[in-house]
Amino acid sequence: MDHSSTFEKALRSALITLVLIFFLFPILWIFLMSLQTNETILRIPPSILFEPNLDNYRALITGKLQTTAGNLDIAFMRNLWNSVLLSTFSVALSLLLGVPAAYAFARFKFRLGEDIAFTLLSFRFAPPLLVLLPLSLYFKTLGLTNTYIGLIWVYQLICLPLILWIVRGYFEDISPDIEHAYRIAGNSWWKTFTRVAIPLARPGIAAAGLLAFIFAWNNFVFALILASADKQPVTVGALAFVTASGIQYGQIAAAIVLSVTPTLALALYAQRYLVEGLSMGAVKG
Amino acid sequence: MTANTANSSRHVKQSRFMRKALPYILSLPALLMCIGILIPFFTAVYYSMLRYRLNLPQMKGFIWFGNYVNFFYDPSFWNTVYISLLYAFLTVSLELMLGLAIALLLQKPTRFNNIASILLLLPLMTAPALASLMWKLMTNPNFGILSYFAGLLGFHDFRWASDPSTALFTVVLVDIWVYTPFIMILLLAGLRSLPQAPFEAAALDGVPRSFVFFRITLPMLMPYIITASLFRLLDSIQQFDIIYSMTQGGPGDKLLVFQVQAYLDFFQSTNVGRSAALMIILWAITYFLSNIFIKQWLKLRERAHGAG
Repeated sequence: MDHSSTFEKALRSALITLVLIFFLFPILWIFLMSLQTNETILRIPPSILFEPNLDNYRALITGKLQTTAGNLDIAFMRNLWNSVLLSTFSVALSLLLGVPAAYAFARFKFRLGEDIAFTLLSFRFAPPLLVLLPLSLYFKTLGLTNTYIGLIWVYQLICLPLILWIVRGYFEDISPDIEHAYRIAGNSWWKTFTRVAIPLARPGIAAAGLLAFIFAWNNFVFALILASADKQPVTVGALAFVTASGIQYGQIAAAIVLSVTPTLALALYAQRYLVEGLSMGAVKG
Repeated sequence: MTANTANSSRHVKQSRFMRKALPYILSLPALLMCIGILIPFFTAVYYSMLRYRLNLPQMKGFIWFGNYVNFFYDPSFWNTVYISLLYAFLTVSLELMLGLAIALLLQKPTRFNNIASILLLLPLMTAPALASLMWKLMTNPNFGILSYFAGLLGFHDFRWASDPSTALFTVVLVDIWVYTPFIMILLLAGLRSLPQAPFEAAALDGVPRSFVFFRITLPMLMPYIITASLFRLLDSIQQFDIIYSMTQGGPGDKLLVFQVQAYLDFFQSTNVGRSAALMIILWAITYFLSNIFIKQWLKLRERAHGAG
């Protein structure tokens, strides 16, 4: 394969470029749209050359939109804030609970551990609505509907199994000998766990935490069912925004850009961890 | 052991107790989570055997498998089954072919190829619900860039997701955009981890490329292909976000897949019994598939451990 001709190399590059155009064009186009006024957006043929302006972002950030029909309030920044809050606290709680449990699954062979791991794994693939619809009735009775605590609680369904499985795989790959040696030197179990095991598994914990954050951020159906407007994250908020202000295309595009930027930036910044986490989560477990 | 001081023997005793209790204490949150999943799960099983409409509480009653029996004569149920299977089949097969082709293109770890594979992560990291909105803007009949391109190609007034005959095509396209990179990443990792010896031998013997692909690359890659497709199949048959964001299941009943139908049954017709029965059927399908998947996965994992 090293003796490929110049023609073949050119063909390969051309095909890869085509692939890149297909997969990157939508993101680029929506970004360009977010910098245009409705007037240039509606122009046919579509305009490549236009005077970029930040009015759409200004309207979203101030929450006030002036239209010919009058002033419109936009609560989109609230959705963005909800996303930050829900994803951050869900992942933090998941790490706090999940890393020690993953360690237990990896280091101690006990019947209950295998049962728990298997139940969580089999529900990883179950339809989310199966659990969410009955849960929505329970939440109503418990008064947890549309509360941050209730949402962070159900977001554990996304984050905790992911962290358990990826971090467990990491702990299993680390030889327990180092921990044994540290224990025999007279250190407590807790000290061994925090000083030896966790630092060694740090890349796995980072990969799992990152993936869990992105999955929590991108989740749609949990909040669609369990939250009303003031607690909704961007995924649900953006859809509501489209329905409410159907013709403010520039602002819709800007809202989408603001909503996807955090996960895309994280993905680019930590792509090495991410690929590792994805293949660990999917291939190695 | 005989040289143990009193202090360290106490330490050993304590650690014996700890060793017994510790795993249970540590896995307590995970156990609670299991209970937290299993309670609503069994509630759903129970609901699926009820005649239960939120708007007609006086009609509530236990009817055993009545909801399931009704499905048998219900054309809208068979429509749901048909659309869900068609959606899953189309997305997985197209994504598999495309993902494999891209992985083969990017196989050599050059700088350009690595940057390209990183950039291809971006659609996968976009929330599917938001990806749908992006494509909705691009396929808008008035100003959408894709509607404009379709017009240039001679498809005037191409209505994308709002036309019953092209709605499925449109959501499948969005699914392909989001999830092909997932298959690509797994297959690329697989390709790059294959042993080099058979390829070198084939190159020395001057074996034709197509033979190398079908007789060496493809069989050796098969465990990765099966794992990636099963993983996608499990997700795809449950697709909700892309379809709900794009059309809420419309136009008509064209995109009423399992989860969208169950959602509408629950919140629009408030027919809890039917909705729960639909979810149990979908769960049974995914449970069957996931058992195959988990076996395949553990096999691959063992191989990865054995090789590493």
